[in-house]
Amino acid sequence: MKKYIAPSIRMTIAMLMLCCVIYFGLVTLIGKLAPGNGHGETLSANGRIVGYALIGQKFTADKYFWGRPSAVDYNAAGSGGSNKAGSNPDYVKMVGERIDAFLAHNPGVSRAQLPAEMVTASGSGLDPDISPASAYVQVARIARVRKQSPASIQSLIDQQTIKNAIGPDKVNVLKLNIALDKLK
Amino acid sequence: MNKEILGILLTYGLTILLAIPLGKAIARWLNGERSAWNAMAPLEHLIYRLAGVNPAEEMNWKQHLKALLTINLVWFAYGFFMLIFQGSLPLNPDGNPSQSPDLAFNTVISFIVNCDLQHYSGESGLTYLTQVFVASFFQFVSAASGIAALFVLFRALRSKVTHQLGNFWVFFVQSITRILLPLAFVVAVILALSGTPASWAGKDSIATLQGDSVQVSRGPAAAMIAIKQLGTNGGGWFGANSAHPLENPNYLTNMVEAISILLVPVALVFALGFYLKKQRLSRVIYAVMTVGFVVLVSLAVSQEIAGSPVISKLGIAQGSGSMEGKEVRFGAAATGYWSIVTTATSNGSVNGMHDSTMPLSGFAQILDMMINAFYGGVGVGLLNYFVFLIIAVFISGLMVGRTPEFLGRKIEAREMKIAALVAILHPLLILAGTALSSHILVHHPGAAWAVKPGAWLNNPGYHGYSEMLYEYTSSAANNGSGFEGLADNNLFWNISCGFVLILGRYLPIIGPVAIAGILAGKKWTPESAGTLKSDSYTFGLMTFAVIVIIAALSFFPALALGPLAEYFSINK
Repeated sequence: MKKYIAPSIRMTIAMLMLCCVIYFGLVTLIGKLAPGNGHGETLSANGRIVGYALIGQKFTADKYFWGRPSAVDYNAAGSGGSNKAGSNPDYVKMVGERIDAFLAHNPGVSRAQLPAEMVTASGSGLDPDISPASAYVQVARIARVRKQSPASIQSLIDQQTIKNAIGPDKVNVLKLNIALDKLK
Repeated sequence: MNKEILGILLTYGLTILLAIPLGKAIARWLNGERSAWNAMAPLEHLIYRLAGVNPAEEMNWKQHLKALLTINLVWFAYGFFMLIFQGSLPLNPDGNPSQSPDLAFNTVISFIVNCDLQHYSGESGLTYLTQVFVASFFQFVSAASGIAALFVLFRALRSKVTHQLGNFWVFFVQSITRILLPLAFVVAVILALSGTPASWAGKDSIATLQGDSVQVSRGPAAAMIAIKQLGTNGGGWFGANSAHPLENPNYLTNMVEAISILLVPVALVFALGFYLKKQRLSRVIYAVMTVGFVVLVSLAVSQEIAGSPVISKLGIAQGSGSMEGKEVRFGAAATGYWSIVTTATSNGSVNGMHDSTMPLSGFAQILDMMINAFYGGVGVGLLNYFVFLIIAVFISGLMVGRTPEFLGRKIEAREMKIAALVAILHPLLILAGTALSSHILVHHPGAAWAVKPGAWLNNPGYHGYSEMLYEYTSSAANNGSGFEGLADNNLFWNISCGFVLILGRYLPIIGPVAIAGILAGKKWTPESAGTLKSDSYTFGLMTFAVIVIIAALSFFPALALGPLAEYFSINK
């Protein structure tokens, strides 16, 4: 083995240069061309930065569209899911409570209309999106609180929906709420 | 939902379309033919000079293993030192602390063995220095070690008697300069341009639209994510891995990452055939692996699309399938698909939380890692398959009453003993580990440890047991994913998994390389009418049967106690 120690150490140093310094350096340079110059793309409203386009936020006010439940309370200092299994009775109880809370804030919505994603936590705890169905189910509440016509809010959702040829359709909740604040 | 199925089919189709030419190109370069790869030669020669190695030196199998193990030992010392002092070293904008010795032991082992178990969260458990110069570095070199070991097998299977099996340093360096680095660069650029951070700025603090103050972790993640997928490493920049919207911003990047996971393992299967000029052999191996893969994918995807029976009972709409632990932009189908891709290949990155998937999906994920040879990790997947193949040759030989032969060489007692030991090691590590942790949990739940065994599990009953079974399976298979609810960052899990990782990595490399080296030195006899045709689909079926029998006999009792029991308990 002795024969290989010196080459091993020198090979390690050479590869650190190639794989860490040069490779990471090149990707950092190209990242400057990306939205947000590689720092991550931010969104602004009313003249201030209100968040990152890809990072979901907590919305609890009735006047905003809500995102999904989060195991990390949408603090992107960390990330993670609940890691709860369906066979866990505490978990079933928690989902039941979320359903009741959602229905209490959204009178007129039936259980069968409520998409499961609105009462189940995302994998990252930072899911920026909801499905169009999850947005539609909140229209009546938002129209009532904001005293606006449901039709205008509905069409706002349609504008903000990203329809993919493959994979699920989605709406970015933060972008939707920024647009909602601009709606007069 | 049909759009989601289409997405999976397209992802898999593209993987194979890219893997075949890549396999061909790898074979050309190994055969010494001139190709575009030669553009890398000046860089490679510079590296040989810096490292002080002679690329023309031919090694036998023992010298290969000595070089591989020595450099792994150097990496261990280097990585351990970096991790326990990272808090005081530069490039730590978030002020993260140093790792405890037991966590550092687990982390460094799990990265050099290509596992990336990650008993920490990237946002708080590492610094930018160790993310790049330890974690990402090991993602390159551990993958290259696996490929280098596989190339020894390639050399050994050629139809000539030799002890000269190429040069470890050449295989190692070329794996990086010709496969991993160019591909990683392409993937990293796609990710960076799609919104994955690629800068060195630390955590950001912002006030949200609603006025809450939160922080956002960042860092040069794009470059790491590319190599974590291509090298079947799986260790992410952020805790939530590829479920994190910054690691995996949209459906397109999800496809790119899923393709990256499977690409090199599948390409190496094809490379074997092109290199040996036995393309039928590759096709049979590919077919066997694919049958197993498709069965498991179908099970997981159908379970996730169907949704949870528990949620159905609550009477809400489950049109998009089971969504606990999943992201809206990927959906249930792509997450189910990924969960099998990542467990098949010893990758272990996740785009949704496996702990929250349906019981039968969990069953498929765990079984996938128990078999660990449906495509498998870069290099080592094919080595694992080779062990099953040797056993299948031997059993077939006994069945027809002939001396077992593979590619013109006799398989004798010594090779069979090594193959059998490697095949038995995997169940032994998994089952003994799970038995030990279950025993401690049941009999000493209140032991005065930092985390009491009674508090290990995140879910009760069968599923809690599955969390432990999953952890040891993932460690032994060098996979790195987890049922992440398990409280695994403590002395017991860090150390016990650390040892399982070491044994589960090096013995399955040493074993097949030794067999290959021994076979290469044996007399080569050309095929005759009496030879067992190892490139026939009949023999492929035989290999598949051997895999199923070994997995079924050793693992089904353990699986019955966990995911299967859980399935029946919630589908009453």
